[in-house]
Amino acid sequence: MTADLALELRGLGRRYGERPALQDVTLDLQAGRTLVVFGPNGAGKTTLLRVLAGLLRPHEGDVRVLGARLPDEGWRARGRVGLLTHEPLLYRELSARENLRFHARLHGVAPGRVDEALEAVALRVRADDPIAELSRGMVQRAAVARAVLHDPALLLLDEPLANLDPAAAEVLEPLIGRSSGRTRVVTSHDPAGGLAEGDIALGLRGGRVALLAPVAEIDERRVRELYT
Amino acid sequence: MRRAVGALLRKDLLVELRTKEAVPAMALFSISTFVVFHFGLDRSSLDGSLAAGVLWVTLLFAAVLGINRLFVAEVEQGGFDGFLLAPVDRTSLLVAKALALLAFLVLVQLIAIPAFAFLLLGPSLWQALPELLAVLALADIGLAVIGTLVSAIAIRTRARDLIVPILLLPLLIPVVLAAAQATAPLLALDGAGPLPGRWLAILAIYDGVFGLLAYAIFDFLLED
Repeated sequence: MTADLALELRGLGRRYGERPALQDVTLDLQAGRTLVVFGPNGAGKTTLLRVLAGLLRPHEGDVRVLGARLPDEGWRARGRVGLLTHEPLLYRELSARENLRFHARLHGVAPGRVDEALEAVALRVRADDPIAELSRGMVQRAAVARAVLHDPALLLLDEPLANLDPAAAEVLEPLIGRSSGRTRVVTSHDPAGGLAEGDIALGLRGGRVALLAPVAEIDERRVRELYT
Repeated sequence: MRRAVGALLRKDLLVELRTKEAVPAMALFSISTFVVFHFGLDRSSLDGSLAAGVLWVTLLFAAVLGINRLFVAEVEQGGFDGFLLAPVDRTSLLVAKALALLAFLVLVQLIAIPAFAFLLLGPSLWQALPELLAVLALADIGLAVIGTLVSAIAIRTRARDLIVPILLLPLLIPVVLAAAQATAPLLALDGAGPLPGRWLAILAIYDGVFGLLAYAIFDFLLED
């Protein structure tokens, strides 16, 4: 592994049954940089995030995440990756605080981090209400607190600003935004917003790489072409 | 591993305390079944092997209700993903779920066995209680381990509600058979007989074999 590469993908392929979801995806991502992933629904964006998180096995290619080769060395990357998906991965009957305490115990994080995380996402006032009673935006904030609770080296964010109003998005910026300084893989359907967030743009279409370039070298039109 | 098991078990018990889904349903099912047997057999009191059979068949079917629900929150609320992202031994999920199911079974039996004694049992339960507790402990461990294993297999299938009983009941026949055979002399009308050690040994061996089997294959069940 090159010392400062967080991701090294060589010919990554993944199928669901016979249907290919990702084919021959090859890219590198340096630590501290952000890869923004564009593509229409079904292009393979979420599958890519789940493979990188170690939740799906790659079927082809050589995949290294934080230096760990997947799937054999996946255990080395576990606990160093934070994942934010459309599902909050929180138990509806438990409060945000109880959910975070549960994840803190699983990750071996000090209990004091839970209150810090709740404070950081501006959720302390509703921290003891069951997740089922929170608005979608509040649930998303609780999910962000869960994703960063263990201070992950790599953040995988699937449309992280969905369900959030501008004020909430501003609150979360230091945790999951560009200013967090974390290595990130972010999926987006917003060409302007996505390009502003990323260092490298990846466009997927039908599971194949249709665009891969530094964001400084492309414009919104190239991204929009992915959706036509 | 102990940290992860503690976290998972605590979470499962808390979720059950909030939702009250599994234990009340299992307890209510047990009592309803005893009432059905009461009228179906047209007997006001049972003893011996018939009493043992009614008790264990009822407890088995009540357990199926809890086993069906064991991993539902993990699938429907993303619990599997959250767990798989954590740097913990995957077997901790097996241990925690088996302990949670064991706790549910004990709670149900705290209600169901007095109800059985009141509604159906002829001889007094008090004299046989220490021996019965030994049988319950070994049989419950078997139900918990095998139930957790089968629930983990079934939960990722579309027909999980059908798969659980189809896989579980054949696997649990030896447990129910041994438990009923061990319990029968304890519920004899002419006073509790000695506990048959042979059936207890069979229960213990079966628990051990399935404990090892579950430990060996559980990791693979969590793979996509």
